[in-house]
Amino acid sequence: MNWKDWAGYYAVASYDTNHDQEYFAYRHAAGLMDATPLFKYEVKGPDSLNLLSRIMAKDIGKLRLGRVTYCCWCDDDGKILDDGTVARLGMDHFRVTAAEPFLHWFLQNARTLNVTIEDITAKFGILALQGPLSREILVHAAGGEVATLRFFRLIETRIDGRNVTITRTGYTGDLGYEIWCGNSDAIAVYDALIESGKNYQIMPAGLAALDVARIEAGFIMNGVDYFSANHCLIDSQKSTPYELGLGWSVNLERDCFIGQKALQAEKETGSSWQFVGLEYDWEAFEEIFARFDLPPQTHSGAWRTAVPVYGRSGKQVGQATSGAWSPTLKKNLALASLRNDDYSKGDALFIEVTAEYERKRCPVRVSDPMFFNPERKRGK
Amino acid sequence: MKTASKPNSSTYDAIVIGGGHNGLVCAAYLAKAGKKVLAVEKRPVLGGAAVSEETVPGFTFSTFSYVVSLFRPQIIRQLDLVKHGLQIIPMETTYNPIPGDAGLVRWADGGRTRNEIARFSKKDASLYSEFGLSMGRLSRFTKNVIDTPAPEPASLNPKELFKLLKMGKLFKDFDADMRYLNVKLMTMSAVDFLEEWFESEPLLPSMAGSGIIGTFLGIRSPGTAYVLLHHYMGEIDGAFRAWGFSKGGTGQISLACARAAVSFGAEIITDAAVERVKIRNGRAVGVVLENGGEINARTVISGLDPNRTFLKLVGEDELPASFVGQIKRYKNRGSSGKVNLALSRVPNFEDGRPGLQHLKGDITIAPSIDYVERAYDEAKYGEFSRRPFLNIVIPSLSDPSVAPPGKHVLSAFVQYAPYNIREGAGKWPEKREAFGDAVIDTIEEYAPDIRDCIIDKQVLSPWDIEKMTGLTEGNIFQGELSLEQLAFLRPVAEWSRYRSPINGLWMCASGTHPGGGVMGAPGELAAKTMLKEGGV
Ligand SMILES: Cc1cc2nc3c(=O)[nH]c(=O)nc-3n(C[C@H](O)[C@H](O)[C@H](O)COP(=O)(O)OP(=O)(O)OC[C@H]3O[C@@H](n4cnc5c(N)ncnc54)[C@H](O)[C@@H]3O)c2cc1C
Repeated sequence: MNWKDWAGYYAVASYDTNHDQEYFAYRHAAGLMDATPLFKYEVKGPDSLNLLSRIMAKDIGKLRLGRVTYCCWCDDDGKILDDGTVARLGMDHFRVTAAEPFLHWFLQNARTLNVTIEDITAKFGILALQGPLSREILVHAAGGEVATLRFFRLIETRIDGRNVTITRTGYTGDLGYEIWCGNSDAIAVYDALIESGKNYQIMPAGLAALDVARIEAGFIMNGVDYFSANHCLIDSQKSTPYELGLGWSVNLERDCFIGQKALQAEKETGSSWQFVGLEYDWEAFEEIFARFDLPPQTHSGAWRTAVPVYGRSGKQVGQATSGAWSPTLKKNLALASLRNDDYSKGDALFIEVTAEYERKRCPVRVSDPMFFNPERKRGK
Repeated sequence: MKTASKPNSSTYDAIVIGGGHNGLVCAAYLAKAGKKVLAVEKRPVLGGAAVSEETVPGFTFSTFSYVVSLFRPQIIRQLDLVKHGLQIIPMETTYNPIPGDAGLVRWADGGRTRNEIARFSKKDASLYSEFGLSMGRLSRFTKNVIDTPAPEPASLNPKELFKLLKMGKLFKDFDADMRYLNVKLMTMSAVDFLEEWFESEPLLPSMAGSGIIGTFLGIRSPGTAYVLLHHYMGEIDGAFRAWGFSKGGTGQISLACARAAVSFGAEIITDAAVERVKIRNGRAVGVVLENGGEINARTVISGLDPNRTFLKLVGEDELPASFVGQIKRYKNRGSSGKVNLALSRVPNFEDGRPGLQHLKGDITIAPSIDYVERAYDEAKYGEFSRRPFLNIVIPSLSDPSVAPPGKHVLSAFVQYAPYNIREGAGKWPEKREAFGDAVIDTIEEYAPDIRDCIIDKQVLSPWDIEKMTGLTEGNIFQGELSLEQLAFLRPVAEWSRYRSPINGLWMCASGTHPGGGVMGAPGELAAKTMLKEGGV
């Protein structure tokens, strides 16, 4: 078993010596992952909606009861701080997930408002059940209601007699659910899910497999593909939602929210960066290694040590921040940020590849970062 | 996939006979190049020996071929097969059970595998990874061989000579050790070859077992070492790696090829058996169907084995006598059978290990060298083996889509089951039940509860394989992969480049270079050769 640190907790990277089987469980059966270390906040009170609408770049005012939304939040300069989800459990009751601690930020912005904000990170467990058979397993564990739960909706129900909130969300880009339960119920719920999944080849799965899946799905990761403006030493390390391909989640035309002015200006004048997917030219990749008389060597699993991306002239046009060989798509993939001044659509690009300690350049094709997007993800 | 049984037009640029995966790959490449192509399959389903069928309601059997590794990655890319549904799930283990005891499991993890082997031999354990490395180096050489048409040594064409030289050079670049290794592989028996490395059972016999698959030879017969190499040539995910399952059964690979072909404009008909190739003035001009229909084409391409193509569909009268003689000598000796089981649960191999991880890969029954050799002895005298060599997989553990929840599919590849049994091949239907029982009895020695798990079964003798797929004598590779019928000798000397003595008639399947297995290479190379040489 491989462990890694996740927000101060020991989290499983892979249950086996390698993560392959877990990855294939995510894509062909179901994987069950403990996502508890995610930061979780409960926002309650008459001004909850007000607060969240002011913080989030997305118009939370439009979020209806029983729904979940993906969103990001920025500082005053429109630079991204984090991304996560907001779920609306009641008219004045929300839950927010975040990759980093933001209690201070929520409190600071709530000063004049009638809300309570609680850090419930340690109070709730989150179990992510992801994969094409996750629906069958959950129906078995929680009853028929789950069968009709639509993409980005939530229900409150019971598993093994314990109260749970189930959201149809996840980080694999596949059919999947996240199950919130009281911390002390988590082990029982976990066991019940494993038991229900027995006939469906469920596997406990870890973060290493998840990392490959999220790259296939084109999901960005805080601390890897971008850095929270809070942690950046210099401005150039910061990003905006538009630069990260999250423009679709920004609602500008509404009451004021943090970063609105800057984002409005950026929308008008254009962004400096764009977020793209890259597909390696496999023949060329093979050739790089063949020169050393070696078979092509891809990383086992996802990588996250950024490498430069070059244009045809040899000038660096950006960086690839993470990538993986996709066992499903049979392609070598990367997620990258490209500088709009130096790059325009259709340009030939090259990514740095290290072969036998030598740095080489491999041609890549620019694509939509959402490399993998099966029907079943959103489908009924 | 929906297919019609009648073609839309009466004339095509090319007709591919047979909807096996190679025929479909060939059709796809030709259609992609803008040719008007029709593929004609006799069965209602596509795929030939690479087919998935719901033989028992709710259970999808990979009726024949059950694991993949050789399928060429460039075909996946060039035909966009992932988009058309191809999905491969790698197998991470190889398991050799021992009755009532902990067997040997080889895992994806090298250290863990070493610890397992050490229980049987510390020496073998320490050599195991070195062996893999050597075979890996060799298979990089053979990869060049399987991804290019065979060079023609008899030709004086400088290009051909250059190709040979290039291969010679690749070979020369090996250090002396590797060259010796290669020569040994070409000439030795699987057991002799492996005994230079390993000493312990069940490691050695189960590894040697890969050397006999699809041949009518024993593990001590010279030449079987080469077939071993095929098992190290597997490439999944662009890396040299183990074997895998095709999601939804092996037939999904064929269907992905078919969908690709259709996406490029090819037409495919099923339930349409070709009775003969229409030949006018020594030139193939189309096909005649068993139902009487005739379809014309400038080029006819056979995806059937050489025997059936030339002796049945063309006819001896149309061919040079020397060629007919060579085709008749081409060895198709069928030696394998298949048992597919629908199971109510996973049988208990009583290994003492927790969980089912060790059953997710292939399970080889080859406990000792003598065991496998004895199995061959029976076959030599026209009997099926009472205790056969078995290669078993339970794909539903990795791909739950092939069985109802909680239920499973077990596939057992069986050797030996000679096509020509003593009573005559036609008597197989009477022996089928006993053959199936011998297989289940064998499994029962390792998994005593197997009979309680069986919901239904399908037993396939080589005679059945021939009946269903047209593979002569049920030979799984459209002709044995023995040295005298490989590369520029496949199927016969001077006709290794997909052409035939009949103008306008080409070959594109496993009976041509580089041979059998679900690899698509013959179909790809045939199409590329035809396009390059103006064959279509
Ligand atoms: C039992 C068994 C197990 C095997 N296991 C494996 C394995 O695990 N891994 C692996 O890599 N390989 C395996 N193989 C080998 C592999 O399946 C074959 O080499 C490969 O599928 C052959 O493909 P092909 O396209 O060359 O020919 P075929 O699959 O033989 O295709 C020929 C096609 O022509 C059709 N046909 C025949 N006659 C006519 C006619 N008159 N008119 C029209 N159509 C006709 C047939 O129905 C068939 O569809 C196995 C084979 C068998 C039989």
